[in-house]
Amino acid sequence: MNIINAIEKEQLKDNAAKFKVGDSVRVHTRVIEGDKERIQIFTGIVIGRKGTGVNENFTVRRISYGEGVERVFPLHSPRIAKIEVEKAGVARRAKLTYLRERKGKQAMAVREQRA
Amino acid sequence: MTRVYDDKGKAMPVTVIEAGGNTLLQIKTKEKDGYSGIQVGFDKQKESRIGKAMLGHFGKAGSEPKKRVAEFRLKEDAGADSIDLKLTGFQAGQFVDVVGHSKGKGFQGVIKKHNFDGQGASHGSMMHRRNGAIGNRSTPGRVWKNMGMPGHMGDRNVTVQNLKVLQVREADNVLLITGAVPGPNGGYVVIRPAKKRPAPAAA
Repeated sequence: MNIINAIEKEQLKDNAAKFKVGDSVRVHTRVIEGDKERIQIFTGIVIGRKGTGVNENFTVRRISYGEGVERVFPLHSPRIAKIEVEKAGVARRAKLTYLRERKGKQAMAVREQRA
Repeated sequence: MTRVYDDKGKAMPVTVIEAGGNTLLQIKTKEKDGYSGIQVGFDKQKESRIGKAMLGHFGKAGSEPKKRVAEFRLKEDAGADSIDLKLTGFQAGQFVDVVGHSKGKGFQGVIKKHNFDGQGASHGSMMHRRNGAIGNRSTPGRVWKNMGMPGHMGDRNVTVQNLKVLQVREADNVLLITGAVPGPNGGYVVIRPAKKRPAPAAA
């Protein structure tokens, strides 16, 4: 099993994972079109993280033209160039699935009171 | 198994297989054995777990006792110095077949064993996971061969063809092969160049 751990460790990014559930983030992804590569940005709220190590994923939700859109990214994928935290959010739960039921302005912000 | 990102940044499922450390035990020749081939051993075994006949055989090859012994046929007789058992015989991008012994599943019904659909759960059907009809009427008046029926599943030799070698890690004595491979974790497999794909140009 040690060799598998070593292989997985090689692929981890050191600087990844500097954000929390509830944060508003900008995810810079590398998109390959033909032989050209460009950066595409997906902006939204992190509504969950799951998995560990090389298998860790996170879900980003945004409202795009009035329609809710969620995208799941592998945290350590080389296709993710950069993750910027736009605004730190305060979330009291690990998964913010309740945002899916919200509409309008409320769906865009996480504002939970600390006890 | 684990996952590895390839050069395009795509996550690929891989099986990590230790493939170095094979020891040459015997060279079979047409003259002496009636066919050409080599016999190799893999993985250490305690001396007390091996019969005297095999101990003598290992001793003759100047090798410690081995857990697994396998033979590979060659087209022509080979000299001892022409045989290279290092894992660099494989290269990244090459296709291989993997032969292994599958996990035993015990006595299984047709749904798990032959991917039958089964019958409805409701509307008073009273028949759920059975195989149903197995043939026609007086023509042919018998059941076709290979009709799927319940029975023992797994615990047999299985070959998975055309798996891609993603990485050859010489330092770790390890091959990374895409996809799953028959058998339990830590099981033994035989890896050979794919029969249905052209061999790669020699590096």
